[in-house]
Amino acid sequence: MIQTKKIKEQIAFSVFRLHGFMVLGVLLWILGFIIYNGIGVISWEFIFSAPTDGMTGGGIFPAIVGTFYLIIGSTLFAFPLGIMSAIYTVEYAKNNWLTKFIRIMTNNLASIPSIVFGLFGMTLFVNTLGFGDSILAGSLTLGLLILPVVIRTTEEALKAVPKTYRLGSTALGANKIQTIKRVVLPAAFPNIITGLILSIGRISGETAPILFTVAAYFLPQLPHSIFDQAMALPYHLYVLATSGTDIEAARPMAYGTALVLIVIVLLMNTLAGIIKKRFEKNK
Amino acid sequence: MKKFIDKLIEGLLKLSGTVTGITVLLIIVFLFKEGSGLFQSSTVEKGYTLLVNSENPIDKLSPEELKHIFDGKIENWKQVGGRDEAIRIFRFDEIFSIYTDDELGEDYDLIPEKLGEVIHTNPGIIAYIPQKYAAKNSRGIKELIQEKIGLSDYFLGEEWLPTATPAPLFGILPLLFGTLLVSFIAILIAIPLGVGVAIYLAEIANERIRKLLKPAIELLAGIPSVVYGFFGLVVLAPIVQKTGNLDLGETAFTGSLILAIMALPTIISIAEDALRTTPKAMRDASLALGANKWQTIYKVVIPFASSGIAAAVVLGVGRAIGETMAVLMVTGNAAVIPHSMFESVRTIPATIAAELGEAPSGGTHYQALFLLGAVLFIITLTISIVAEIISSRKMIKE
Repeated sequence: MIQTKKIKEQIAFSVFRLHGFMVLGVLLWILGFIIYNGIGVISWEFIFSAPTDGMTGGGIFPAIVGTFYLIIGSTLFAFPLGIMSAIYTVEYAKNNWLTKFIRIMTNNLASIPSIVFGLFGMTLFVNTLGFGDSILAGSLTLGLLILPVVIRTTEEALKAVPKTYRLGSTALGANKIQTIKRVVLPAAFPNIITGLILSIGRISGETAPILFTVAAYFLPQLPHSIFDQAMALPYHLYVLATSGTDIEAARPMAYGTALVLIVIVLLMNTLAGIIKKRFEKNK
Repeated sequence: MKKFIDKLIEGLLKLSGTVTGITVLLIIVFLFKEGSGLFQSSTVEKGYTLLVNSENPIDKLSPEELKHIFDGKIENWKQVGGRDEAIRIFRFDEIFSIYTDDELGEDYDLIPEKLGEVIHTNPGIIAYIPQKYAAKNSRGIKELIQEKIGLSDYFLGEEWLPTATPAPLFGILPLLFGTLLVSFIAILIAIPLGVGVAIYLAEIANERIRKLLKPAIELLAGIPSVVYGFFGLVVLAPIVQKTGNLDLGETAFTGSLILAIMALPTIISIAEDALRTTPKAMRDASLALGANKWQTIYKVVIPFASSGIAAAVVLGVGRAIGETMAVLMVTGNAAVIPHSMFESVRTIPATIAAELGEAPSGGTHYQALFLLGAVLFIITLTISIVAEIISSRKMIKE
């Protein structure tokens, strides 16, 4: 009796352990495949020159620059808005209807598929507001996409600040805004930054929202203003993988682009992890 | 003055909160605004009309009938309820092979008249021509009544042929089936794996393994969908093709495999959180009664966390249904109702991504795609509400 009980446990546990390692295996398979095939392509020239020969040669510099602009643009839009929303719901209105409304809507916003953001960005920013296919329209669309992430991480960061900090500040005669500005925000800052970094990872990989708002197949020159179209890394990979003039010849370029994307995500995740760890240690 | 600034800042914060809140409403409004025009459009392409001989008893044709007529599948008026008369399809270009440029007059202003002649002398004719060349009062010809695209044409239509002439078909059933099939199989694959890993992480694994596995899962969540799509296209599709002995590796099943991997992080992290909420007292009680760790897990912990696990699965489905790029790249994108999971399918998000770029702004195709976006939005919204209800029901029971 006790024997079978023990054996059953052993079997169950090994099955779950196997599951765990299978997931790990899948991750390593994907990473390994991309790195193995992409590493040989990466060179100074690949990073810093434009595509040539119908996308089968040259590099991906314009796409890197485009993605960089989109990161800057969307964080400039989403961060102030998201942080202010979070401050409002956490510090000011604790439980009124507006807070509830904002919270429900933020949750829903997070569940909307990215292609729907693309459609919305196209009608509102590209057509209705007349920005055209532009870095501005793409940044605003991507900004909306990361807004829920920003709000959630900021809310959590603010809630993690001990109440005694606020009381101490108030006791010293500071008013609410001074308390938020000088005490709460600095204490919550590292966690907010973690959210920022993770959103950057997300922005650099999203394709569907930029398809109809900014992304260009190929541009002979770098964008000059926020009203110009731009190339972007994820869209570039999509183009290379599916619709080039010579897909087989473009494969190495695709592996290289995929590797650059993966490295950005890896970098952002590690960075976020480091900051979080340091913050937790200081606490 | 200071008080004023305080008020101002508070107002500003309130404003940002409100802006965020109304974004979702704005999205709904805009999708429907762009899409709703579809049902005001006529089934025949804008600017064109269909003419028949006035002797012909047929007054109108459905989009499906039109498609079959112009495909050559329907060859006799009898098949659409008319007289026993062979159908003669007349496309506008033919006018130039029947008449010389001189006969058509300067600036082609005699075209309506000549068209009238052709139609009048051919009892079985159906002519698809630009509206501006349709003679208005000429005897012997009849214009078919142009019907508006109906709700059932869209929601119950079995064919999605948005660029077909003369009447494009916007039946979303194949896309809906494609989406559900791909997501359903994906979730069947992802549930055992995801819940298993969640149990392993929450209950069994030691700290060292947790520290290895947790970041790995976060990383899996961070990999861009286009990279998954690329991986699926280059690695999984050939494997599926070889093992299944198929003509093409880009099938619904390939899409499901990729989606299963992509849904895993969502399922694992939410299910793990749910498992962790089981109170220590309950575990201790179970252990004290002589149950071992595994018995405690499956008789106490899993039942307790079941609603949380269910919510995790539902959210995983939501993730799978809305995924665009990866699916677009690996499912082959055939817009037909699939008969098996080893056929090519096309999902709703993939259709939008693939076709919106070519659909002229404001046209029926464009509107149909926006409406697809609205349908997708409603599906995912419903899913997230269901997930919320499931996970909050537990709270009430306690």
